[in-house]
Formats: sequence, structure tokens, C-alpha cells
Amino acid sequence: MTSSQEATNHPEKPRIATVSLAGCFGCHMSILDIDERILALAEIVDFARSPINDYKTFDGRCTVGIIEGGCCNEENVHVLEDFRKNCDVLVSLGDCAINGGIPAMRNNIPLRECLEEAYLKSPGVYNPSGTIPNDEELPLLLNRVYPCNEVVKIDHFIPGCPPPADAIFEVLSALLAGRTPAIAYGDLKYD
Amino acid sequence: MKQALATVVQEICKKYDFDKQRMMDIVLGVQGRFGCISVEAMDLIAEMVGSHRVEVESVVTFYSFLSLKPQGKVVIRLCDDIVDWMKGYDAVADAMSKALGITMGETTSDGAITLTKTPCIGMSDQAPAALVNDVVVTNLSPERAQDLIHNLRRHLDPQQLVTTVGDGNHSHPLIRSMVRNNIRRRGPVHFADFEAGQALKATLAMDPEAVIATIRASRLRGRGGAGFATGLKWELCRNTPSDRRYVLCNADEGEPGTFKDRVLLTECAAQVFEGMTIAGYAIGADTGIVYLRGEYAYLRPYLEQVLEERRANGLLGRQIQGHPSFHFDIRIQMGAGAYVCGEETALISSCEGHRGDPKNRPPFPPQCGYLDRPTIVNNVESFSAAARIMLKGAPWFEAIGSERTTGTKLLSVSGDCRKPGVYEVPFGISAREVLELAEADNPGAVLIGGPCRQMLGPDRFSGRICYDDLATGGAFIIFNRARNKLAIAERYLDFFIDESCGHCTPCRVGLQLLKNLVHKVVTGAGEPSDLAEMRRLSNIIIQTSRCGLGQAAPNPVLGALENFSALYTDLVSERSPGLLSTFDLSRAVVDAELRVGRQSKYV
Repeated sequence: MTSSQEATNHPEKPRIATVSLAGCFGCHMSILDIDERILALAEIVDFARSPINDYKTFDGRCTVGIIEGGCCNEENVHVLEDFRKNCDVLVSLGDCAINGGIPAMRNNIPLRECLEEAYLKSPGVYNPSGTIPNDEELPLLLNRVYPCNEVVKIDHFIPGCPPPADAIFEVLSALLAGRTPAIAYGDLKYD
Repeated sequence: MKQALATVVQEICKKYDFDKQRMMDIVLGVQGRFGCISVEAMDLIAEMVGSHRVEVESVVTFYSFLSLKPQGKVVIRLCDDIVDWMKGYDAVADAMSKALGITMGETTSDGAITLTKTPCIGMSDQAPAALVNDVVVTNLSPERAQDLIHNLRRHLDPQQLVTTVGDGNHSHPLIRSMVRNNIRRRGPVHFADFEAGQALKATLAMDPEAVIATIRASRLRGRGGAGFATGLKWELCRNTPSDRRYVLCNADEGEPGTFKDRVLLTECAAQVFEGMTIAGYAIGADTGIVYLRGEYAYLRPYLEQVLEERRANGLLGRQIQGHPSFHFDIRIQMGAGAYVCGEETALISSCEGHRGDPKNRPPFPPQCGYLDRPTIVNNVESFSAAARIMLKGAPWFEAIGSERTTGTKLLSVSGDCRKPGVYEVPFGISAREVLELAEADNPGAVLIGGPCRQMLGPDRFSGRICYDDLATGGAFIIFNRARNKLAIAERYLDFFIDESCGHCTPCRVGLQLLKNLVHKVVTGAGEPSDLAEMRRLSNIIIQTSRCGLGQAAPNPVLGALENFSALYTDLVSERSPGLLSTFDLSRAVVDAELRVGRQSKYV
């Protein structure tokens, strides 16, 4: 982890942005699991671009960007790079962001086979035209799923599937207080 | 056919008393007869020795010289160690591939010849070298490689490739090898005259305790490289209560660039066996095992004969030299191409008939080793030295060497020098003196102790070879100033990745991550933070791997970072805001673009 980019010179409240890329939103559920502490958090920070408030674009620089999920398509990459450009500190939240997670199970299978299995060959598929969806609006899939730290530099990692709310709260509190996060052993131990 | 297989497997298992602890011998025997150990053969072995197929398979798949699938009648294993690479491996490999019409790892369509590569075979002083079945061929050039293939095609008999024999015992009818000893400097401990039985006679005139006291007084330390006090090891073993104890000789000389044990076993086998016998008397053991690396199989018939002679002369067997209660014999256990088996607990696992997995320490082998009994594992050179100490006395030995490291050391010198070979030098000699003795060619770096240690630059050439300064198991590899040190570090890292047993995640996965980082830096895509990450990752691997392999594996990279740091720092540069140059979206979407017939809007 590097803390080189941790900035404290924000005149207004620090702003937090969050996003779910190739994830299941479970990590965002875990953010909400900080329960009533979210009220204390809301006192000291503003939420910028985030599914929590449904803002879809950046309207200014943010202190902390929280990323759930890895990158499975071109849009994920674009959004992640946008986060990197607009946030002082980026945090990979959860196993998909850190390692690719469940979506990365396709990584050893060629893309073509994955698509054919999903849309043509899988039991129960009804697809009389035999086409694989290809709308302009659909982002192109990447050849494999990439963990976020293989696409942009990530400053902090919170492991877990999902990470415990206490771990998330600790990292956010520490970053806002300008100290290095220290996740308790119990919040890192999963067996 | 099936019946024939069963009969032969039965015969081989019977030879080893259906003892599953002799699994290595059994599977080697089966492969010797059928060229591989098939699934059917594994089933039969498991059934006959009372084991399970998965246990047999775990052994067969672990060792690189064992094969599940049929290989060629002749298997050529071309050594791809770094010294061979410096001496023209690529051209030799090309010549062999072309002459055979196959690529590395393949077998000719008639099933006659398999071509593959293997790490250091202990011939760095006469590289490039290869094993053709058990026969060693040395000093290969593309032309000689072509001739070799041509001749082999004709007779398929590796032994016929030996047209000239090397010096010393290489002309012995049981060795007949083209290997040369290249003994460049003979010292008083190993290469002085030795009359079999004399050191043992002096030993048997003493109590075992007095023998241990003598070895302790000599301050002999383990010659494998770790430098544990030999006398103390023997004493710990003797003092551990047990019904049986064992003496193991580590002749699994796999550290790249090391070949001095090869020379000791060729020229001083009696002295080594005598040292083992002395150890047996000292600790109260009746069995000794020499774990001989598979690459040195060509020495086995000769070594068996030396053992036989010693039995005939009352130097092995029951009531040795008329001593009423001292019985001791030695057997040779063949390895099958696994570097990690040079680690003493992995060596024990292999002797017990398992995969060569290292064990947890403590307990240490002197407390609980082979078959859970107190065991000493010493290097070939340590036993040879022990025999000389019993002959000449501790004060004589202690007077040689530096103040804190006594005796002599056998160095295996190779690489960019005029006189590669074995040098017996007193401890305390400086690296520079060795470079001069070997007539090194414009040396820019030297790797003392092999890739498990750090490569040193000219500013460290004044360092002294001893346990307090430059510790070594014997390798002394010289690189001239033109050599690419980062490429060398990367190749050695590849070696450790290949040889990791896979048990500890930091070693199995961490080394691959380290390689990715090194590759990123070497290809010019690195940032300063990557160098810090290389150090951090290396330290994790060192601290959390349980055996010496993982604990040493990051050293080539760390050494390059510490001693040649400018080479790395020149390659890295700070990138614009946090975007990684290693990720290329246009390459990542190319499959999808082809599939759907439209371009990415983000590229």
C-alpha cells in the first residue's frame, strides 16, 4: 500500500465516490452494514458519484474512491480509469476487485466458448435465431477479467467476500483522519 | 502383456521386500524396464506394497526423471543451467532439435529419442553438457551435437558415445566416462593420499564420545553451505535416546554451479565412506545411506564396487575391524531429478519413499529424522573431512583455514574463466585470489554459493570465503563485465519456480508474482514503486517459506537489487497519474472485436 497520494487539502468536506464494476453489489451491501455509523460518516463526508445516491458522473475531485468488482469489459476499464483520474486515493474493496473473484472463473476459457456456452449451448437456452447479443450499447468484453490493480494503481486493499463492515469503517475512518488503516486480525481472518 | 507387467513389477517389488519405503527404488526399477511407470504399473505397485495408487502417483509425478508416459528409448537431457547458457546452450539445443526434427520436450516419431532439458547436472566446468540416459556428454558444440545425434540414430547406445575417457578414475571400467575431474588445486584434507581403513582404525581405538570430542575440537562445520557445527550435530544425535540412528550422506549436489561432490565421489569415495562409517560409530548407528542425485547415476556401479571392497576388507558389515559391537553398512539411494531433495528434510522424505517434500523443523533430524529416528545428514565433503580429521587429529585441521572457519573448502569454479574446475583452498582466501587462480576473464560479478546466495560485484571481491563473510556450499560462478546481470537473476528465478515443491503458497505463488514484477521492470514498464514491491514480496517469501528453497529463492533478485541497484533504477520511471502501462485495452478487447465485428469506442 502506498499513501503517497493521500491528500488532506480539501477546503470543503471530503468527498467519497463508490462504484461496482464486475461485482455483485455484495460489497456495497457491506458498506451499508456499517449501520447507524453511516450517519456519523455523512456528517463529515459528502458522497459523490455512487450507487448510494445514484449520481452517475464526477462533478469534482474526490478524496476517496471505493471500487467493488474487477474489470470484465471495456466500460469497467473506462470507469476505473475515470476514478483514478478523479480520486486522490483508490481502495479495492473485496475479492473481485482484488483478484477478479467469481467472474474471473472464465479466465481459463476462451471468450468465444464462454459466449457460445451462455447463449447457444447451455441446457435450457431458447435461442432460435442462434445469435449472440451484439447491441452497440453493450460494452465489449475483455479477453479475461482483470483485478483492478492490473489496470490502475490501487492504494489500499480491503479483502473479504464481502469485507466486514468493521473493516470498511476502519479504512474510511483512518483515511479521513490521515492515518494508515489497521484492520483488526479478526476482520481479516476467514476460517 | 498385462501378465508380463505384473510379473516384472512383482519381481521388482520383491527385490525390495515389498517395502513401500523403498518406493524410489521400485519406481526407478519399473521405469528402467518399461521406460515409464504406467497407470497399470502404479496400480500393481500400490497393491503389492500395501499402498495407494495416489501415493505411488505422487512420487512418480514429483521427480523429473520419472515419467507416466512412454519416453524415447534414449532420453537426451540437455543441461540448461546458466553456465551452459553462457557457453552456447542455445546453439547446441538448436542443432539437436534440427538433427532430430523435433522441438524440446518431444520424442521422435519412431519412439527412439526424446529431447528435453534439465537444470544443472553438475558439469558446469565442462559445459554445455547433457545426459544421454545415464551417460554424460560434455563440452558440446553445435557440430558435436550433430555428430552425437547422427551416431545415436545409428546404434541407440549411449555408452558408445564415449570415445575418449576423462582423467583419473574416469577410465575405470565401471565408470568409463568422458567427464573430466579438472582438479586445479589439491589441498591436504581431501586430495592428499588416503589409505582405506587407517582413519577408521584410529577411530575405533577411541570411545564414541572421544570421536565426537575430536570432531568438535576440529571446529569442522557443514560443507553443504549452512555451516552447522558437525561435531555438535553428531552429539545431539547421539544424545537423543532411540533404538536406532541413521547416517545420511547428502550427495544430491543440485545447487547450480556446484560439482565438487562429483569429483570427491569419483576420486575419494573410500574417504567419504570411511567418514560415514566413523560417524556411524560416533553416533551409534548401524545404517548409512548415500543419497546420490539421479544425474550422477553413472558413478553408481563404481561406488557399489567400492562399498563391496570395503565389506570384503572388514571396513563395513558386522563387527567392523573386530570391534565386537560395531556393525555398519551403507546403501546407495538414487534420486531422480529434484533440486529440493538437497534440503535435508526433503532428502529424508525421498529416502522414506515419498515425494521430496521438506518437513517442518523442529524437530530437527538429529532428534527425529529418517523413519522418525535420530539422523545426521551431512554433506559428502563433510564426511571426507571428518575422515581426514580422525587420521591427522583436530589440532592439525584447526591450524588450516581462517581463525573462525577451520580447514579447507572445495570450490567448484565455473563461468567466464580460463581454468574452471575444483580448487581445494584454505578458508579465508579472498574472492579476488580465487578469481586470479582461475584466470577469470574481466570479472564483473561472481556468484559464491550458487543462486541461493547473492551475486557480488567487484567492490566485494576483497571479501573472504568463510562462514563469517562469504559462506558457500562450493559454487563459484564467474560472470564477465559484459554479462546481463538482470537476465541472469531472472533465469535463476525461473529455476527456483520450476523446482519449488509447491507446498508453501509464498514460494509457489510468490515467486511467480516476483517474476512478473521483474519482467515488468526488465521490459521497461516498471515504476520506482515496483522495486519497493519486489523487496517487500521477497521478504514475505523468505519469512514465510518453511524450507531453504523458498527462503533462498528471492536472493538472485534481491542480490541484483542490492549490489547492482543502478541496473534496475535506470529502467524504471514514474508514470502519469496512476495508470499502468502494463495494461493495454486495445489488446484486451481484440477477441471481442473479432467476435462482434465492431471496434471498441474507448481505444
